Amino acid sequence: MVKLTVNGVERALDNVDPSTPLLWVLRDTLGLVGTKFGCGIAQCGACTVHLDGQPARACSVPVGSIGTQAVTTIEGLGTESKLHALQQAWIDHDVPQCGYCQAGQLMSAAALLKDKPAPTDADIDTAMAGNLCRCGTYIRIRQAIHSVAKGGVA
Amino acid sequence: MNFIPADRYIADLMAEFDYAMDSQKASARTEPSRRSILKFGVAGAGLMLAFQLPTDAKAAPAAKGSKEFAPNVYVRVAPDGAIVIVSKGPEIGQGLKTAFPMIIAEELDANWDDIKVEQAMINQKLYGTQGAGGSTSIPLNWDLLRKAGATARAMLVSAAAQQWKVPASECVTDASVVTHTPTKRTLKYGELANLAATQPIPDEKTLKLKPRAEYKLIGTRKGGVDNVKVVTGEPLFGIDVVLPDMVYAAYEKCPATGGKAVSFNEAQIKAMPGIKDAFIVDGNGIVTEVMSGVAIIADSTWNAFKAKNALRVVWDESTASKDSWTGSRAKAHELLKKTPEKFPEKNGDVDATLKTAAKVVESSYEYAFVSHQPLEPQNCTAWFRGDEIEMWAPTQQPTRGQLAVAKMLGLPEEKVLVHQTRCGGGFGRRLMDDYMSEVAAIATRVKGPVKLTWTREDDFKHDFLRAGGFHQMTAGLDANGKLIAWRNHNVTYTADNKAPVAGSMRAGEFPVLLMANAENGQTMMPLVVPCGPWRAPGSNVTAFANQSFFHELSVAAGRDHVEFLLEVLGERRHLAPQTSGALNTGRAADVIKAAAERIGWGKAQPKGRGLGLAFFFCHAGHFAAAADVSVDANKRITIHKVAVVGDIGPIVNMSGSEAQCQGAVTDAVSTMMDLKIGFENGRVRESNLHEYPIVRMDKAPMNIEVHFIQSENSPTGVGEPALPPIAPAFANAIFAATGERVRQMPFSAQGFSI
Ligand code: FES
Ligand code: FES
Repeated sequence: MVKLTVNGVERALDNVDPSTPLLWVLRDTLGLVGTKFGCGIAQCGACTVHLDGQPARACSVPVGSIGTQAVTTIEGLGTESKLHALQQAWIDHDVPQCGYCQAGQLMSAAALLKDKPAPTDADIDTAMAGNLCRCGTYIRIRQAIHSVAKGGVA
Repeated sequence: MNFIPADRYIADLMAEFDYAMDSQKASARTEPSRRSILKFGVAGAGLMLAFQLPTDAKAAPAAKGSKEFAPNVYVRVAPDGAIVIVSKGPEIGQGLKTAFPMIIAEELDANWDDIKVEQAMINQKLYGTQGAGGSTSIPLNWDLLRKAGATARAMLVSAAAQQWKVPASECVTDASVVTHTPTKRTLKYGELANLAATQPIPDEKTLKLKPRAEYKLIGTRKGGVDNVKVVTGEPLFGIDVVLPDMVYAAYEKCPATGGKAVSFNEAQIKAMPGIKDAFIVDGNGIVTEVMSGVAIIADSTWNAFKAKNALRVVWDESTASKDSWTGSRAKAHELLKKTPEKFPEKNGDVDATLKTAAKVVESSYEYAFVSHQPLEPQNCTAWFRGDEIEMWAPTQQPTRGQLAVAKMLGLPEEKVLVHQTRCGGGFGRRLMDDYMSEVAAIATRVKGPVKLTWTREDDFKHDFLRAGGFHQMTAGLDANGKLIAWRNHNVTYTADNKAPVAGSMRAGEFPVLLMANAENGQTMMPLVVPCGPWRAPGSNVTAFANQSFFHELSVAAGRDHVEFLLEVLGERRHLAPQTSGALNTGRAADVIKAAAERIGWGKAQPKGRGLGLAFFFCHAGHFAAAADVSVDANKRITIHKVAVVGDIGPIVNMSGSEAQCQGAVTDAVSTMMDLKIGFENGRVRESNLHEYPIVRMDKAPMNIEVHFIQSENSPTGVGEPALPPIAPAFANAIFAATGERVRQMPFSAQGFSI
């Protein structure tokens, strides 16, 4: 049995091989499909979650290696009635095109702002370089992050 | 070859797109396009789609006893004031699910905040063909959607007039409210729903559509209707579908197209954890449907993938692809020097004119194959119940997928129930429905619902690639530096030895139609590796050769590039006024001049810095792009600015349209700089994203200025036409900065990097 704390809730998972990547436990076992599968080899960032607040690629983290670290997914970042400031900024700046990468982008951005509340362009580029957006929404992502750092819509 | 390549399917599709662009010239439509439309059975609905609602779509679909007002399949107004607008086509990131409802809501005069958007089921009788591709959604549906909204509005007005016993002409509408102007009485749309449902449906000819000056919604900035769900991670995409007792499938096909599964390590696979079944699927031998392979059914995606990795399949590759990129490239370089096999277009006498030229310029260009790689891997969910199948499909062509599955399973079309899900990107990849047919074939051997998910490696192995290609360009300039002769020899590929693959030079490519002595030649090499349309197919590569060569010519003539381009365009005229599919030289000149102005054209640049510009016309869009770059001694490029100016008529959603252009620039820069796909022995060389460096934020162009000239023409699509001029604008800027001509894509082949 594997024990896991996801979005503040402790989960006990029977029948899960500890080598299974966290991504597939989230998506197929726990039904938390907000975390996306893109490449499976830590190259695209679509599966980004937080482990104790640090960004991690869930496709490449065996669930058995997580231990007591708290897992936060996009579903735990904010909800429709209580959006995270970044989620609101993403809406205000109409960031998503297809939207598939955006859960991962938001998780990386949230981790960045916790670390650096007023990031420069270069800070943002570095922190976000692991997240691929095939649709090319980078300009709006950067604007949205800056707007939150400045405390509102830019 | 004993299987059916993708090309016939794609040719039909492209003919349909071309037809869509020609919808204004119904009387002069070309026979092949017409045939392809008829073949897909939409003659009744599709041909009239641009002008009127299909007959069935007028029948109010509201259930008996419902108090809803539902004048057609696109609009429903509930007594509580909630308005549902049905979006008919797929959302692939192009913004259709927001733009289509905006068009309806404009004519309905609805308050945008009252609207909930619902995705339509796939139903040809109600909606005609449902699909997204070729930047045709807006031009094809503009009139239809406006009329759908205007019809509903007219009925709400006549309901109010009836209730107040006043003439309808005294009533006006705004923000979901009808007002009787003389008495200032008001009724909300919701309050009128019951009575509106009893009004006769007005004759289409009596509908008054708004003049552009009265638009309140069209042309404004609206955020995507699914944005809240996207940012909170709610299920939206095909890959997110979860059904009770669903099982998970993976599918392994031969890495060389056309190979057949003979046997596999069945006992070992079936003994792996979570594996419920594993079997060979023979397929129907159609590359766009089901090719032979091994299906694995498991209790989770991960267990299916693990077993897939452990598969040892014996393939019969006797008829499979043996293609080699290096081999065909060497061959192409030989063919380039020869006379083209044929001349699809030929005006006057190019050879004779070249003999009279003061200067003859010759040059060659080439570009590698590339892949689509939308971020959501191909997937589809199906639930086969014996006499029907229900599917959840992330596809750009749900109607075609539905018809293919119906035919394959021997079911009537209405027994293939297709839900269209949001797509995590399209770019042309999802014009092909292979994953739909595959999961349908697998589902017939599974009890209950099954979700098929491809690995990223599958997406690399089994794409429909943007074909590589080669151009030999020859042109003559007279003593005044005027362009007098033009030849563009395109060496490309063919799957059937008849027609070129998708992505070859398209008919009528600029400037052949404008010149007395000009020709486009073509030579084809056989290829089995499947090719397909990739965002702005054909144009996305040929513009690089074409517009780089134009710049070379202006340099050879010692003239300003912009002035040289404008001279070739000549006087303002529309080559075929009845269609948006033909070049309008006036619109072209306007976007070129505006792009030049926005990049600061003509200003002296410091050493190592340069401006470049290019124009292209495709998908009914006139677009010019200009780039401002610096290039250092190590050939590293710094992008200072990109300016894009387009004329696609009035813009529906300004936010979405700007985003499409920013995306097109990013996509173009990413692809032109670094992306290439190789193949040997029929097998694609690149396996995953670590070998295919799609641009990230740290290298992406971050200063993109987008401007639209909103001319008085009917609106056309924005998903594609901004992309083609980007690569040549950069190549020309690099030349201006360094004096080195970029002759291949990706530019990294010549040592350039960003
Ligand atoms: S799926 Fe994890 S990084 Fe791509
Ligand atoms: S919005 Fe489509 S991949 Fe980022």
